[in-house]
Amino acid sequence: MSEISTYPQESKRRLSLTARQADWIEKILWYAVLISVAALLILPLYWMLATSLKTPRSTFMLPPEWIPSTLEWRNFTQVFEEVPFGRFLLNTLLLVVLNIIGELFAVTLVAYGFARLRFPGRSFLFLVMLSTLMIPYHVTLVPRFILFSKLGWVDTYLPLFVPAFTGSSFLIFLVRQYMMSIPLELDEAAYIDGASRFGVFWRIIVPLSKPALVLVVVFTFVGVWNDFLQPLIYLNDPQKFTVSLGLSFFQGARETNWNLLMAGSLMATIPPLLLFFFAQRQLIGGIAIEGLKG
Amino acid sequence: MLRQPSFIRSWRELSSSRRREAVAGYLFISPWLIGFIVFFAGPILASFFLSFTRWNIVGDPVWVGLDNFRTIFTNDPRFIKAVQVTLTYSIFYLPLEVILGIALALLMNRKVRGIGIFRTLYYMPSVVPQVAAALVWVWMLNARYGAINTLLGQVGVDGPNWLSNPGYVLPSLTMIALWGVGGSAIIYLAGLQNIPDVMYEAATVDGANPWQKLWYITLPLLTPTIFFKLVLGLIGVFQTFTPAYIAAGETGGPLQSGLFYMLYVYNRGFVSMRMGYASALAWILTVFILIITVVVLRSSRYWVHYEADRSRNR
Repeated sequence: MSEISTYPQESKRRLSLTARQADWIEKILWYAVLISVAALLILPLYWMLATSLKTPRSTFMLPPEWIPSTLEWRNFTQVFEEVPFGRFLLNTLLLVVLNIIGELFAVTLVAYGFARLRFPGRSFLFLVMLSTLMIPYHVTLVPRFILFSKLGWVDTYLPLFVPAFTGSSFLIFLVRQYMMSIPLELDEAAYIDGASRFGVFWRIIVPLSKPALVLVVVFTFVGVWNDFLQPLIYLNDPQKFTVSLGLSFFQGARETNWNLLMAGSLMATIPPLLLFFFAQRQLIGGIAIEGLKG
Repeated sequence: MLRQPSFIRSWRELSSSRRREAVAGYLFISPWLIGFIVFFAGPILASFFLSFTRWNIVGDPVWVGLDNFRTIFTNDPRFIKAVQVTLTYSIFYLPLEVILGIALALLMNRKVRGIGIFRTLYYMPSVVPQVAAALVWVWMLNARYGAINTLLGQVGVDGPNWLSNPGYVLPSLTMIALWGVGGSAIIYLAGLQNIPDVMYEAATVDGANPWQKLWYITLPLLTPTIFFKLVLGLIGVFQTFTPAYIAAGETGGPLQSGLFYMLYVYNRGFVSMRMGYASALAWILTVFILIITVVVLRSSRYWVHYEADRSRNR
């Protein structure tokens, strides 16, 4: 950028100065666009944060305060007193953990089966699995509810985590694709060294699939944390509610305390947001894989 | 049925070690296979059967033949409303999602200092849980105390009663959904980054301006990604539930202006417990989605550009 002053000729310098200025103006304009779009997209999050720190009086004030005059940190503890928010958090966390265990168990096994073992009907079954991705989820909603209610599972967590132990088709596909990229020579070398089939799976393929398994954890976490429809259908007892369901219940309960509701929403947003920051690289890589499917 | 003989034949042809491998293979995929039968294929067959019955979950299903379908198509104003709402929404939302998604991806693809921060900020809203996102927007759109009408007021516009005015419910829901457009933009960004720089360099040599590059290089080469997003987007739109439930309300809001199809299925199935009727509704939607998907797939050869295909033909 500073080489401009080394130009020998006066005329050339003037010319390049204007080019440089044009460059600068373009850059500033792009930053202006980038920043205004960012401001627009962050506004709702800011509004959530600002409201979560307002007193009930300043929540309903005209004109609304953009920056709360007093910061009411108490809101964040009051949420736990008004509704069993602590329970909601623990319940959701329990479901997240159970689902992650289930998906990791099923997805690694099934993906390995499809990626490495030869058996009659493999490609047909794989195609069946892929086609389940195209069938909208809601066709099974009613009959699944009937199934679970006949089993006496309504108002328990069983409908919300047992299916995870059979693996999600999308995650199986993702991990299978990843396992396909692991060189077969590694398996062969292990077999020569006397490893069993399960040994190869457990000591070679699973450890090497770690980046894909991180994605399984992230996607499952986000999916379970965000799920609303299934907890809504299956859970009746407020003590069993998840965070998402609890928040909507809180909204409908009575006259909405927006400051408390926003404090709750913010707390519901923080875990996936943190996860996103920590797993950003894998997540975006994984989404790129998802994008390449097309 | 046709597969079985060939399956048995191929099984007989296997050596004993290959047979052991095959048994191991079935064992490894058995979790999925069980899940597929119990949680997917079984329920789908059951719901097909149930759509010809009347059943409120207690007692036995009563076979009513095509009655559910007849009522749905000839005598159910709420079904028509739900179809209208969902279609209107998708007609506005899907194109906007593609356009804004690409625009945002183009911004994210600028090679300037600090672009990583902008990418993160743009993607962030799509990480917010759906319920929290819908709730903050209900509050943002509050007619008196909300941020949107306050901002509009500052530029002299008298903002509407967003979520209580039937005419503004769908625009509100579109806005809520578009807030998460960063999630699609990331996918478009991946598509953009797959476009070889050589193409742009060649175009620059030929004297193309930025608009021409966008129109003749970027967009055509992005069509596979657009296509992929469109198929997923279609399926997603027809399954919209949570934002409508939170922002418009369980029954679909004022004059049922936010009665999305899934919300209606939910109401029939889980509020009035009409399992047969809800199954019929779900099947109609599924067939509809499959038809639309096939149409989009078929249309793809007229507008989706695959670079790999072309090089293969050469």
